[in-house]
Amino acid sequence: MANKIRVATTSLAGCFGCHMSFLDIDERMLQLVEVVEFDRSPLTDIEHCTHCDIGLIEGGVCNSENVHVLREFRNNCKILVAVGACAINGGLPAMRNHIPLEECLNEAYLDGIGVENPQIPSDIELPLLLNQVYPIHEVVKIDYFLPGCPPSADVFWKFLTDLIEGREPSLPYELVHYD
Amino acid sequence: MRQFVQGIVENNHQATHLLQILRQIQSRFHYIPEEAIEQLSGLLNIPRTQIISVIEFYSFFHLTRRGRYELLISDSITDHMLGKKDLLGYLENKLAVAVGEVRPDGVVSLDNTSCTGMCDQGPAGLVNGYALTHLDHSSIDKIAELINQQKPLSEWPSELFQVDDNIHKSGLLLNQQLEQGAALKAVLTRGIKETLTEIDKSGLRGRGGAGFKTAMKWQFCSEEQQTERYVVCNADEGEPGTFKDRVLLNTYADQVFEGMTVCAAIIGAKQGFLYLRGEYLHLHDKLQNILEQRRRNGLLGTNILDAGWNFDIEICLGAGAYICGEESALIESLEGKAGIPRNRPPYPVTQGYLGKPTVVNNVETFLAAASIAVNGGDWFASIGTEKSKGTKILSISGDCARPGIYEYPFGVTVQTILHDCGADDVLGVQVGGPSGSFISDQEFERKLAFEDLATGGSFIIFNTSRNILDMVHNFTHFFAHESCGFCTPCRVGTSLLQKQMDKIVEGHGSAGDVVALEELCQLVKNYSHCGLGQTAANPILTTLERYPDLYQNRLKEISYEPGFDLDGALETARRMANRDDAGAHLAQIEVNEHE
Repeated sequence: MANKIRVATTSLAGCFGCHMSFLDIDERMLQLVEVVEFDRSPLTDIEHCTHCDIGLIEGGVCNSENVHVLREFRNNCKILVAVGACAINGGLPAMRNHIPLEECLNEAYLDGIGVENPQIPSDIELPLLLNQVYPIHEVVKIDYFLPGCPPSADVFWKFLTDLIEGREPSLPYELVHYD
Repeated sequence: MRQFVQGIVENNHQATHLLQILRQIQSRFHYIPEEAIEQLSGLLNIPRTQIISVIEFYSFFHLTRRGRYELLISDSITDHMLGKKDLLGYLENKLAVAVGEVRPDGVVSLDNTSCTGMCDQGPAGLVNGYALTHLDHSSIDKIAELINQQKPLSEWPSELFQVDDNIHKSGLLLNQQLEQGAALKAVLTRGIKETLTEIDKSGLRGRGGAGFKTAMKWQFCSEEQQTERYVVCNADEGEPGTFKDRVLLNTYADQVFEGMTVCAAIIGAKQGFLYLRGEYLHLHDKLQNILEQRRRNGLLGTNILDAGWNFDIEICLGAGAYICGEESALIESLEGKAGIPRNRPPYPVTQGYLGKPTVVNNVETFLAAASIAVNGGDWFASIGTEKSKGTKILSISGDCARPGIYEYPFGVTVQTILHDCGADDVLGVQVGGPSGSFISDQEFERKLAFEDLATGGSFIIFNTSRNILDMVHNFTHFFAHESCGFCTPCRVGTSLLQKQMDKIVEGHGSAGDVVALEELCQLVKNYSHCGLGQTAANPILTTLERYPDLYQNRLKEISYEPGFDLDGALETARRMANRDDAGAHLAQIEVNEHE
C-alpha cells in the first residue's frame, strides 16, 4: 500500500504516557491502520525515519541524542507535531531547570546517599545532558501542538482524522478543557 | 534593630503605611532583615508572607543586603542614547563591582533601574535613592572616590545632584504662576458648585493619557453615597521619557496642592495623598515644607480659609514599580500592598482607597484645575481643539538640541515641536512612551490631541543614526521587567516577547519567527488584565507595521535556528565528563545530517 499516510512517533525526555494515551484510541486503531502506516516508532521498532507525512514527538529535549533524533524527524516529516506538556513546555523533566546541571550531576553520581564508586559517567556512547530541558519548538520548527498531560485519546483521534481527511486540525474546547 | 523598627512603627502604626515603613528599614539597613519582617508582622498584625510579597514586588526593597552605597543606573532608552552602556562598564571597573552585585566589602552595589525621569539630563542614576544627573567619566571618577572614602551623601558636592527644570516653552499654564491660595479664594467667591461648572466648561480631560473628563469624574465621586472620600494625586511618573511631573512638583507644587484642595472641596474629601514615585525622593522634603507652610497659612488642615473646610495631604513614596502608575495599582500601593491592578469596574470613584470613593488624577490635571478655578472655564477652553481643550505639557528628550519641558496648545503638529526643540535629521518619534506609538518621518503632520495622537507627555526623538530595533528591544525588556506578574498573558507573554525579540535582534531568527512574534503580540495585547500588558506589544506592533523590512532583513534564509547556543548548552556536561569528542558537540544549524 504505497499511498498510505506514513506516521512516525518518538519519545524524547518523556514518560511514554502520551504514547499510552494514543493507544487508548482502542478499536479505532484498526480504522487508523487502514489509511496509515507506521514508520519509526516504539510501536514498530524501526530505528530510523524514512520520509513521512506526520511525525509525533513526545517529551522535551534534555540531551544531545534528543537533538539528533528531533532533527532526524524534522528532516523526514512534512508535518511535525509537539505532543503533550513536556514537548510543549519541557514539563516534569524541566523541573531540573531551576537547579544548575553541575549540582544535579554531583548529587546523582558523586555526593548522593548510597552512591558507590562515585564518578561522572564518561563514554562516547553516552549522550551528554544539556544545561536545561528545552521545549522542542526551541530547537526545530514545529507545525502543531497537542496540549495535555497526556493529550487524551480523543485529541489524538480528532487531530489525526482532521489531517488525514485534509481539514485544518482544530480541537474543540471540550478536548482542551482540563478542570 | 528591634528598637529602630519599634520606633518607626510607633509613628506609623497602620498596615497601610507598610511601604513607608519598609522604605525606612531599607534605607537604614540596606535590606529588610528577616527579624524586621517577623517584628513588623507582630506589630502591624499582618502575615509575614504578605510582607515578603510586598518586599519582593518593589524593585527598591531587598531581602538580601545591598551596598551601603546603592548605585542604580537608569536604563531608559534616552540614557542609552547618551552613552549609558559605556558608562556602566566604566563604573564597574572604577568601583570593582559587577552589575547586579554587591562588592565583597559591602560598601557598594551596582544595578540597573527603570527610567528615573531625568531623560533631559542623563545619563542618570540614583545613589541611595537620590537622583544623579549628567553622569560622565569625570563625575563617575568623583563618585567612585567619594564611595571609596565612604563619605556620607550629605558631604557629596551638590552639583552631582543638580536637577534642572529645563522649561523651554511655556503656555497657558506655565506662564502664570498662581499666588498661594488664589484658587481656593476663587472657589470661595464663586461657590463650589459653580467651580465644578467652570471645570466642566473648560473641557479639561485627565492628563495621564487616558483623557477621562475631569469634571465628570469629580461629579461622579461627589454623588456617591459614602461620605468618606479621598483625593489622590498620581505622581508616579514612570513612563520612560516622561518627566514633566517632576518639574511641576519642583516649581509649581503649591498650585498642584491647591488643585487637590479644590477637588477636595468639590467632592467633600478630608484626606488627600500625593503618591510620589520613589525616584523623586529628592523632592520629598521640599514638598513636605510646602505642605507645612500651607498649613501655617490656613490653606490646608482644619478650617481652611475660615470656610469650615477640612482637608490635609500626606505624601507617600513609591518604591520602584511602573505598574503603580495605573490608578487601581496605585491605590493598592497606598494601602501598603503590592501594586497589582484591581478589576475595574468598580472604578476608584465608587470604590477606591480603602473601598471609599476616590478621585485619582495626574499632577498636571490638578495644576490645570487650580488655574481654571481662578481664570474660569472659557479661558481654558478657548485654546486647543474640539475634543482636546487647553494645553499639554510635554517632556521632550532624545536627539534634539534642547531637551526639556514644552507646553503647547492641543492640536500642535509633530513637525512644529521638532522644529522648536532643534531636532534635525529625524527618523521618527516615540509618542507617549513605550506604551504609546512610534511615528515615522512620513507622519510629522499628525497632531497631538485625543483625536489623533493621545499622549501622557513623553516625546522621544530618534535621528537617522539610531537603530529602531535597539529601541524596541529596550522597551520590550522594560515591560518584561515591570509586569506585575498577576495575569499569565502578561507575566509569561512579556517574557516570551522579550525572548523572541532577542532571538531576532541577535540574528538567530528565521522564516517563521516574525509571524510567531506578531501572533504573540496579539495574544499579550488582547488577553492581559490591565493596560501594561495591553500596551506591552505596542513597540513591536507599531514598528513592525511601519518597518516590516527591518525585521525581515534580520532573518536567516533557513527554516529554523534555535534562539540559544546549542553547543554552549552542553558545556557543563562536557567539562564534567571530561569529553571533547565529536559526539560531545552540537552544530547550531544542522548541516544535513544523514545517518
